[in-house]
Amino acid sequence: MKNLFKRIAAVSLAAAMTLGFAGCNGNGDSDSSGNSSGGAGNSGDVGGTSGTLVIGGIGPVTGGAAQYGVAVKNGAQLAVDEINAAGGVNGITLKLEFSDDEHDAEKSVNAYNSLKDKDMKLLIGTVTSAPCEAVSKEAAKDNMFLLTPSGSSVNCITAGDNCFRMCFTDPMQGGIAANYIADNMSAKKIGIIYDSSDSYSTGIVTGFEEVAKEKGLEVVEKQAFTADSKTDFSVQIQKIADSGAEMLFLPFYYTEAALVLQQAQGVLDIPVFGGDGLDGIIDVLGDKVDIANGVFVMSPYAASSPEAKSAAFTKAYQEKFPNDPLNQFAADAYDCVYAVKLAMEKGEIKDASISASELCDKLKAAMTQIELDGVTGLTKWAADGEPEKAPKVLKIVVKDGKGEYEVLS
Amino acid sequence: MMSFVSYLVNGLSLGSIYALIALGYTMVYGIAKMLNFAHGDIIMVGGYAALITMATTWCPVWLAIIIAVVVCTVLGVVIEKVAYKPLRGAPPLAVLITAIGVSYLLQNVALLTQSANPKTFTSIAAGAPPFLLVFDGQAPLFFTAVKDSPYGDLKPMLTISMETFLAITVSIVIMVLLTLFINKTKAGKAMLACSEDKGAAQLMGINVNGTITLTFAIGSALAAVAAVLMCSTYPQITPYTGSMPGIKAFVAAVFGGIGSIPGAMIGGVLLGVIEQLSKAYISSQLSDAIVFLVLIIVLVVRPTGIMGKKINEKV
Repeated sequence: MKNLFKRIAAVSLAAAMTLGFAGCNGNGDSDSSGNSSGGAGNSGDVGGTSGTLVIGGIGPVTGGAAQYGVAVKNGAQLAVDEINAAGGVNGITLKLEFSDDEHDAEKSVNAYNSLKDKDMKLLIGTVTSAPCEAVSKEAAKDNMFLLTPSGSSVNCITAGDNCFRMCFTDPMQGGIAANYIADNMSAKKIGIIYDSSDSYSTGIVTGFEEVAKEKGLEVVEKQAFTADSKTDFSVQIQKIADSGAEMLFLPFYYTEAALVLQQAQGVLDIPVFGGDGLDGIIDVLGDKVDIANGVFVMSPYAASSPEAKSAAFTKAYQEKFPNDPLNQFAADAYDCVYAVKLAMEKGEIKDASISASELCDKLKAAMTQIELDGVTGLTKWAADGEPEKAPKVLKIVVKDGKGEYEVLS
Repeated sequence: MMSFVSYLVNGLSLGSIYALIALGYTMVYGIAKMLNFAHGDIIMVGGYAALITMATTWCPVWLAIIIAVVVCTVLGVVIEKVAYKPLRGAPPLAVLITAIGVSYLLQNVALLTQSANPKTFTSIAAGAPPFLLVFDGQAPLFFTAVKDSPYGDLKPMLTISMETFLAITVSIVIMVLLTLFINKTKAGKAMLACSEDKGAAQLMGINVNGTITLTFAIGSALAAVAAVLMCSTYPQITPYTGSMPGIKAFVAAVFGGIGSIPGAMIGGVLLGVIEQLSKAYISSQLSDAIVFLVLIIVLVVRPTGIMGKKINEKV
């Protein structure tokens, strides 16, 4: 009898796991089929003076961080299609091969290796910081050109001179926020709530505190939470209220920020300033969006921005991917492809059969000379791979129960 | 001073929710002698059931709560029949692993059908004014539940949201009812008998299997109530919403003495209060570490928990 029970236990467990994995595979398949529809030509088409050049992309298109990966994949695909439709780069047709890493460093390195087998010549990615740190080390060994659209941790591009970045680093973003508050707002006493178990959040706080000190801002209360206790913020909010802070700085993601805003109702009534992680808070609040009215968000791109470049990108993206998330990640990825195009033109690359290492040498020399007027603003690169660009501060304005971003700078 | 009261009230509210969940763990353990690790995910299912029904136009809040309770009760009974009953008499490890399997199954089904994106939960007390404590200079303190307070610009010294108030009162009512049910009714006494000695209870004519099913049903119904209260206080739901409170409530059950119903209540409330106060006065980062440190100290001093019965092992 006991054997029978064991067998039943094993079967039910196996069934549970199969169902779980089947879920992942199902999503992966539908995404990869969507991916290949945009590609033109095949990667074996080499030789001659032009041909097809494969751009690799890595990011989470399934799992908890999927909306970042999907946005990057779509944004890059949109740029690739536009460039190909306009005749390619120096006659070379681009092809995007995007691989899923589920926001996991180990899977990301595997994805990198399998992309190399698919004749990848340069990498746009990876999307999230921890996998990017792992992949950049591999890419540095191979001398493979790497441009991350959104890996914001400092170590994402320190592995070698082949690594470049499109977005701000976390400490940079914190510094920019402190600068902006000191220069443009009347608040002098700042209260901070941050996620001490997340490198993105702690990175921003470090940069913020450094600049705040120089600029005469006073951090009167700094309260932390961790990934294991991120539903109840009543204590942190009460402490900030008691501290007499004039502005609340929230450098973490919109999921938790939505909870903080809701729990602060009636207890804490001061302006709120958030990092780019707050992008998405309008959607998650749904019909409660009223409480986000007046919240300041730093983001290089806003879908509702009236600027011509942003507006054109938003329109094209929504036509092509009406059901997928549209956020700054998509804009960063779109700009990445155009940055690569500029660098390829500058480096006079006319032959797709060039080796990845040779291409990398030419691109990294060209990157410091180009200036991209992209969706996320005017960008130049330093030799260490860091971007130089002006930040945008947006304010959430709620009209008739609908939230929109208003561009302040 | 007022901050302290505020921390305490929030701790009580959080603790009452832990206690409701811990009751499910402790009742099932007391009777079936198994740790139902899928209990936390039943909370998550209850939350989604309430969320989906409340999103429809025809469904009033009270009906949504009832639907959530029914869904969870049925789910709890089905899980017991399908996954645990065939394993009765199997080694405890097999049952434990099955429970973990059921937990992953529920999470993954929720991931597939509801996606990983967090959804905002509409509180069952949405729009209800909070209780305010106001001091107007001469008169003493006033409690008021009026939205447009007559005290105008006076800053309330203490704000207690309707959700916090509900969590505490509903939990107290449920605990009183549950204690009465167990001590006064036949079915309740049958549960007590089963928890003491299943074999002897069966010989006395008690339907042991039926009693175990009833235990799962009650535990899951309590989970649904906890789900609605929790999602109203912390208005967000994801497929992983239930796992952390589930673990904390399990700790609360062990803290109070697993198998003991008053123990689960005391354990849950204490855990919530300790968590909030250590967040407030020691460190907001270390609150979990402190909670578990207290657990270790309690278990070293009293290995069976605060209210646990001392069991003499026969050699």
